[in-house]
Amino acid sequence: MPDTSPPALDLSGWTCPAPLRDQPRIVMGHGGGGALSAELVQQIFAPAFGGDHLAQLGDSAAVTLGGVRLAFSTDSYVVRPLFFPGGSIGDLAVNGTVNDLAMSGARAAYLSCGFILEEGIDMPVVARVAEAMGAAARTARVEIATGDTKVVETGHGDGIYLNTAGIGLIPAGVDLRPQRVVPGDVVIVSGDIGVHGVAIMSVREGLEFGVEIESDSAALGGLVETMLAVTPDLHALRDPTRGGLAAALNEIATASGTGIALQERAVPVPPTVANACAVLGLDPMYVANEGKLVAFVPRQHADAVLDAMRTHPLGAGAAVIGEAVEAHPGMVVAHTSLGGTRVVDLPVGEQLPRIC
Amino acid sequence: MKYLDEFQDPALARRLLDDIRATVTRPWALMEVCGGQTHTIIRHGIDQLLPDDVELIHGPGCPVCVTPLEVIDKALDIAARPEVIFCSFGDMLRVPGTDRDLFRVRSEGGDVRVVYSPLDALKLARQNPDREVVFFGIGFETTAPPNAMTVYQARKHRIPNFSLLVSHVRVPPAIEAIMTSPSCRVQAFLAAGHVCSVMGMGEYPDLAERFRVPIVVTGFEPLDILEGIRRTVRQLERGEHTVENAYPRAVRTEGNPAAQAMLDDVFEVTDRAWRGIGTIPASGWRLSPRYRDYDAEHRFAVGDIATREPAACRSGEVLQGLIKPHECEAFGTTCTPRTPLGATMVSSEGACAAYYLYRRLGATPTKLETSPVA
Repeated sequence: MPDTSPPALDLSGWTCPAPLRDQPRIVMGHGGGGALSAELVQQIFAPAFGGDHLAQLGDSAAVTLGGVRLAFSTDSYVVRPLFFPGGSIGDLAVNGTVNDLAMSGARAAYLSCGFILEEGIDMPVVARVAEAMGAAARTARVEIATGDTKVVETGHGDGIYLNTAGIGLIPAGVDLRPQRVVPGDVVIVSGDIGVHGVAIMSVREGLEFGVEIESDSAALGGLVETMLAVTPDLHALRDPTRGGLAAALNEIATASGTGIALQERAVPVPPTVANACAVLGLDPMYVANEGKLVAFVPRQHADAVLDAMRTHPLGAGAAVIGEAVEAHPGMVVAHTSLGGTRVVDLPVGEQLPRIC
Repeated sequence: MKYLDEFQDPALARRLLDDIRATVTRPWALMEVCGGQTHTIIRHGIDQLLPDDVELIHGPGCPVCVTPLEVIDKALDIAARPEVIFCSFGDMLRVPGTDRDLFRVRSEGGDVRVVYSPLDALKLARQNPDREVVFFGIGFETTAPPNAMTVYQARKHRIPNFSLLVSHVRVPPAIEAIMTSPSCRVQAFLAAGHVCSVMGMGEYPDLAERFRVPIVVTGFEPLDILEGIRRTVRQLERGEHTVENAYPRAVRTEGNPAAQAMLDDVFEVTDRAWRGIGTIPASGWRLSPRYRDYDAEHRFAVGDIATREPAACRSGEVLQGLIKPHECEAFGTTCTPRTPLGATMVSSEGACAAYYLYRRLGATPTKLETSPVA
C-alpha cells in the first residue's frame, strides 16, 4: 500500500486522445465485412464504377440479360491455413460463391475460378485444393467452366489465393432483397452459429485451445430450393459469413429500414462455440459461418418454411430467433436471457479478443 | 467447460433482483471497478433490470481505456521499427495514440501480432533470434503475474531478444484517488474478483474503513454481479462498510502467494499515469532494476517520448457519474466508437460506447422497454 495519500483528482481536466479520422491506408478491417468494408465500397468503388447494381451491396447482383434474370457474384478466398477441420480453401471457394447466388434464390449453374499461386508451393497441395473444389462442385451440382492461373514470387502470396465467380438463374416469382423485409417478418436461422470461425481460430498458430470443432462449410442451394418450394414469397436471405450473424442482420435492418428484435436465448450457439468464445473474449454473434443462412419470412409462411428447413440435412437445426419490427428502425436489438436488452451493432472492423 | 449457463440462470437472477428491490429504500450509487464487469452488465442488460434507486457507475477498470496516451505512442514507435516483432493482446490494436493506432502501424509495414499469452511472445523470441520481440504488458493485477513470469523466464533462460513494454496499474490506489476526489458520488464498490484472486483481500479493509464504503469482491457472470450488488445494497441500507467476498469460488483471503512472490521479484511499485485521469501515486508497476535489461522502454530508448493529452472530452465527469454520456457536447457527433475522443468511448464496454448504442434507440438504458423471455 502507498503510504502517501494521492492528491484530489481534478476531473474537470480529464483529457482525451486525438481521434483517428480517415484511414490513409488499407487496414485489415477494410476486409472484415463490417463498417469499414461498406465505407470502402460506398466511398471508393461504387462512385468509380458507376452502375446501379453494386451500390445495392448485396451478396450477389440480380441482373437481367436477354429477358432472363440471373444472379451474378464473385468472391475471393485468402483463408489461412489452407486446410482446416471440416474443409479447405477449395471447398470454401466453391460453397461461398454458390451460397452468394443462393441468397438471391438462384441455383448456381457455372463458376469461374482464378488461382493466384505463390512460387514454390508444393504441387500436391495445389492438387488437394483442386480436388476439394471438384468434390464441392459435384456436391453443389455446379460446373467450374472457366479459369485462370497466375504465379507470384515467393513472399508475395500466402500459398494459394482463390477467386471464384458464378452465375445462376433466378426462378420466376422469386425476389429476395433486404428492401422487401417488413415488420412482422419472422427471422429464421438454419442452424448453429459461429462454427466455421471457431474451427479456423482453433487451428491458427497461437490460438489453439483444445476444442474439437469442424467448419460448417456447405453449399446451401438445395436448402434454399426446399424453402422456395414452400413459397416463392420469401423476403430476404443472407449467409452470415464475415462479421457473423450480427453483420448480416445489421445489413438487412439498414437496407430495409425496419428494426430487428432477437430473442438471444433462441439463437443456436453450440456449447463448443460458446466455450471457445468465452475463453477468447469473442461474441458468437460476430463469428463467421460458411454453411448457414438467415431468412426473413412472411409470418403466415413461417411455420411451413421452418418445418421444410428441418427436413433438409443443412436445416435440421433451424430455429426462429426473432422478428422484424417497427421499433428502432435500422437497428438490431437482442433481448437477453435475463430480460434486459442490448444493441447488436455492426462490427467496425475485425472482432478483437478482449483482454478481460 | 461447465458452469457458464449455471451463472446466467434467469430464474435465479430474478430472485436476486427481487431481493435487491425488497432491500433498497433510497438512491445508492455503486461503482463496478472492472471493465469485465461492465461488459457483463451491458451484455446482459443488467443495468436496465435494477431498481431506479440503484445506479451503477462504470469505473476506470478497463485496462485498454486507462493505458496512457504516452505509453501507446511509445508502443507505436517501437512497433514501427523494422527489427521488431510487436506482440499485444488483440483489443489494444484499435486504441488510438496521438496520430495512429497499431492497425495502422501494421498497414505501414510494422510486424504487429496478436497473441493470447505473453509466453507466446517468448516463444516467438526463441524462434526468431535475429529479431527483437516486444510484448505490450498492460493491465491490472490480473494480467501482471503472467507478464512477470514471462520476464522471469526470459532472464532465466537467457533470451536476450525479448523485452516487455510495461504499463501495469493497481486497483487500490485508484479507489483511493476516486474517494478523495471532492466531487465523488461513489458510495460503494464492487471490487474486481480476478484482481483479488491474485492479490487477496488484504488491501481493502483499510480503504473501507477510511472512506466508510462497503467493498464487495465480485465475480463476472451475471449472477455474480447481481449477488455483489445485493450484498453491497444490504450493507448500505444497514449503514455498514465492511469488505465481503461474494466470489469465494475464485478468491481466497490471502490471494495467490506464488503470483504475489513473482510480482515482488519482477516488479516494483511506481507512480503511474492513467489515460485522461493523470498520475496517481504508487498506482502502477514497472520492472525492478535487476530486470532492467528486459525493459523495452529502456532498450529502445523511448523514455523521451512525452505526450500531453489534449483537453477535449468530459469522460472524467462521466466516470464519476456527474454527467451522463449524452450530456457531453461531443457525444455522438465528434466522438463515436469509430472516432473515440476519450477512454470511455474507446472500449466497447466503456460507458460512452454503451450509451452511444442505446442513445440511437431514443432512450437511455434505464428507460428501455424490456420484454423478458419466459
